[in-house]
Amino acid sequence: MKPATTVLGEGPEQAESWRQAMDSGELLLVAAAGMLVVAAVAQTAAVGLVQPRIALAFGALICFGEVLRLSLEGGREAAPIGSAGAFGYAVVLTVGGSRATQPALQVIAVVAAGMVLGALPHLAAGRPAGLAGMASRLIAVAVVAALFRPLSTIVTITRPRDWGLALAAMAAVLVAGWWAECLIRALISADALQARFRVALWDEMRVQLPLGFAVAATAILIAFAADMMGLVALGVFIGPLLVTQMAFRRYAGIRATYLETVRALARVTEVGGYVEDGHARRVGRLAVVVGRELGMSEPELLELEYAALMHDIGQLSLRDPIPGGATVLASPQQQRRIAELGASVIDQAGVLDGVAEIVRYQSWPWRGQDLQPPVGSRIIRAANAFDDLVGSSAETSRTVAALEWLRLDTATEYDPQVVEALAKVAGRRRR
Amino acid sequence: MLTGTGHRSRGERISKLSPGAWLYVAAVVAAAVAVLGQALGTDPDLDGPVRQAWAMAVLALLFLICDSAPTTLASRQSAWSPSSSVTLAAIVLVGPVGALVVGATSLLSVRRGLDLTQRLFNASMYGLSAWAAGEAYLALGGPVGHPGYHSFPGIIGPFAVAAVVHVSINHGLLWCMLMLVPAAESGQPAGALQRHLPMLFLSDLGYATIGLLIAALWSVGGAFAAILVLVPLFVARWAIGQFAAQERAYAATMAALCQAVETKDCYTRGHSERVSRGSAMIAREVGMRGRRVEAIRYAGMLHDVGKLGVPTTVLQKNGALSEEEYAAIQLHPMRGLAIVREIGFLDEALAGIMHHHERIDGHGYPMGLAGDEIPEFARVIAVADAFDAMTSNRSYRGARSIEEAIADLRKWSGSQFDPALVDAFVAALRREGWEQPRPAAMAPADGMSAQDHDDPTAPLRVVESW
Repeated sequence: MKPATTVLGEGPEQAESWRQAMDSGELLLVAAAGMLVVAAVAQTAAVGLVQPRIALAFGALICFGEVLRLSLEGGREAAPIGSAGAFGYAVVLTVGGSRATQPALQVIAVVAAGMVLGALPHLAAGRPAGLAGMASRLIAVAVVAALFRPLSTIVTITRPRDWGLALAAMAAVLVAGWWAECLIRALISADALQARFRVALWDEMRVQLPLGFAVAATAILIAFAADMMGLVALGVFIGPLLVTQMAFRRYAGIRATYLETVRALARVTEVGGYVEDGHARRVGRLAVVVGRELGMSEPELLELEYAALMHDIGQLSLRDPIPGGATVLASPQQQRRIAELGASVIDQAGVLDGVAEIVRYQSWPWRGQDLQPPVGSRIIRAANAFDDLVGSSAETSRTVAALEWLRLDTATEYDPQVVEALAKVAGRRRR
Repeated sequence: MLTGTGHRSRGERISKLSPGAWLYVAAVVAAAVAVLGQALGTDPDLDGPVRQAWAMAVLALLFLICDSAPTTLASRQSAWSPSSSVTLAAIVLVGPVGALVVGATSLLSVRRGLDLTQRLFNASMYGLSAWAAGEAYLALGGPVGHPGYHSFPGIIGPFAVAAVVHVSINHGLLWCMLMLVPAAESGQPAGALQRHLPMLFLSDLGYATIGLLIAALWSVGGAFAAILVLVPLFVARWAIGQFAAQERAYAATMAALCQAVETKDCYTRGHSERVSRGSAMIAREVGMRGRRVEAIRYAGMLHDVGKLGVPTTVLQKNGALSEEEYAAIQLHPMRGLAIVREIGFLDEALAGIMHHHERIDGHGYPMGLAGDEIPEFARVIAVADAFDAMTSNRSYRGARSIEEAIADLRKWSGSQFDPALVDAFVAALRREGWEQPRPAAMAPADGMSAQDHDDPTAPLRVVESW
């Protein structure tokens, strides 16, 4: 089996490294966080560590949390236990009855030290250090510490009637910190993936909301519980957060397996000789990039990717393969039949209704019918035609010719917006 | 905390419970009532729970909120909710008897689909495990009442023991119940739950520690603390729910894709799924562990994916095959491997797919392995595969009865099949039963194949000898 190279002249490995490589936005973020840490460490060293026992306990918790990092959907990284410890250190008021007096810069220095120590095992195991993720988490903590530490002399939780005020203040600064982190991550991903910023921000907030909620609540609980339980409160909280983390890890794991399986099984059409090698994957990747260019959100992109990977599954029901497997040259009736058969296969699953709908309407012209097909279908229609025409070749002339061919048919067949997005994406990746 | 859900009772009356299960439910309920009665009769400290009516009310409400919003697990037969933390907090705040009462409020759960028997069982199960945990807590010197500065860290030891006792008894009681419900009746076998149990046990223990926190914050914050504590509980619930939903979606998608593969063949629908189920039955019977059973289920599901690489005209050919055509069919396990290799599977599952047409006597394909050289997964799938092929309708013959098919399995046991696995399959069949596919109403089309590569009673005919 020959390796599946993309239409855009980029193998899967290259696409991966392209994602992981540090781009300018990440570099800027890491540099800013680095400068912040240098300033915080210098200041803390100059005035000395306030309450070293507390600092050590929180630092250890943060380090532990960083070791147990977790990847969420879309390649995001989170360290819920570490973040809860860090936010807890930023908002803690009293420990075992006596006031906690660490200044904001000390919070930053301790959190940074814990994070760096916690990242070492990852480096030793040959995994990426995840500097950008650490930097965005650190900046979120810095925002919370800078806002809350000055308040810590005013707010108190020793009397029950002060609890309301303390709770409100903590909740407000934690929301601010969480939002800052989402903002930073959205800026980075919008920069790296050429996504729309507003969409990227929504995606970020959607993914980070449940864990962020748990982390913030835990941080507040740590702050309150430490008043009575002292540093034991930190130990008490490791248990429940570990459980949450385990659940999230399994969730992320099954999501990844799911996509992996659909990707692998989408190849049955290739092995069966119905379509050209690598066709499903290329269409899948191209559709996702075009969809992102058009401002689709991550859940929509996931549906689009599933649909694109499985768009030819209906061909399995044909007794004999279409010559060359290129549906672009098949008769409209046959195209529609394949789409209909594919959709009914996907309908069988009962859980992928959106995907089935996209597959069903992939053969429809974008205009001139009583019903306009969903945007996913329009994207797959164009991406499929493009790939049928260009194949695995990376020649510029073929790409240009294929785009020209698509443009000629934008009156009824292909959505001009989709075709323009495709042209833009193809041009960007070729360069 | 684990509970039985109402799903099972939908469409079938509870009277379907076996006498053993009835007896068991009655015993658990009687034990709970006896403990409560004994406590009410002799406990001199009864004014404790009564004095703290307010705390009891809030705890009961909290418990009901947690208990009424459980997460259905993949098995659809049991559910998980974080309510154990509330009963554990009740142990610290109001003592074992109070905890029993809080646990028993599960009787009033607003969850849908629960009938009275299930409610009684759940309430008794919670009450008993809470009470036993409370007694353990007291025995180790755990203080009852609002904890203060002086309580820490001394309270942690007894509390941890109480948590372990609580979770163990809860899981144990429910496990026995699930064992008593015949697997065939409940749709999904208990295997799905078995896979989740270690994770649920740890989850429950982890969330048990929140119970200590509810108790600790109670003396300063009261109900307010309880609200704050709910947040992490429900996030965990959400995550576990998402996980279970994804897992179900995954299984459904896989099944649908495999069915797409079947349409190419003249197979009755659902062959892959039945082979998957049969393989899992054998695997459990020979004592494979949860992870391996899971892997073999997927391997069974995907075992024939490689047939897509075989031209349709060959698969459906009526009459003897040429040597080339036979070679194309022999290649299908390898092609299947090429497709699924990229899925992050256990290697064993891949070996199972590749070698499922090997024979014990060495005359199989693609490699001609013999005896123990054949991977265990492959030997298991071979038995289930042939059995389903024999008991399904084919264009050239009707479905054979289960007894006939078993006789045939025995006939080829030792030459084609591993005798130990045939015995295991027959034992599992006798116990769990087998759902034969409904005879498809399709008329044998022209040119339909009168042979089946899976079917030992109608082996492929090859023109030239080889």
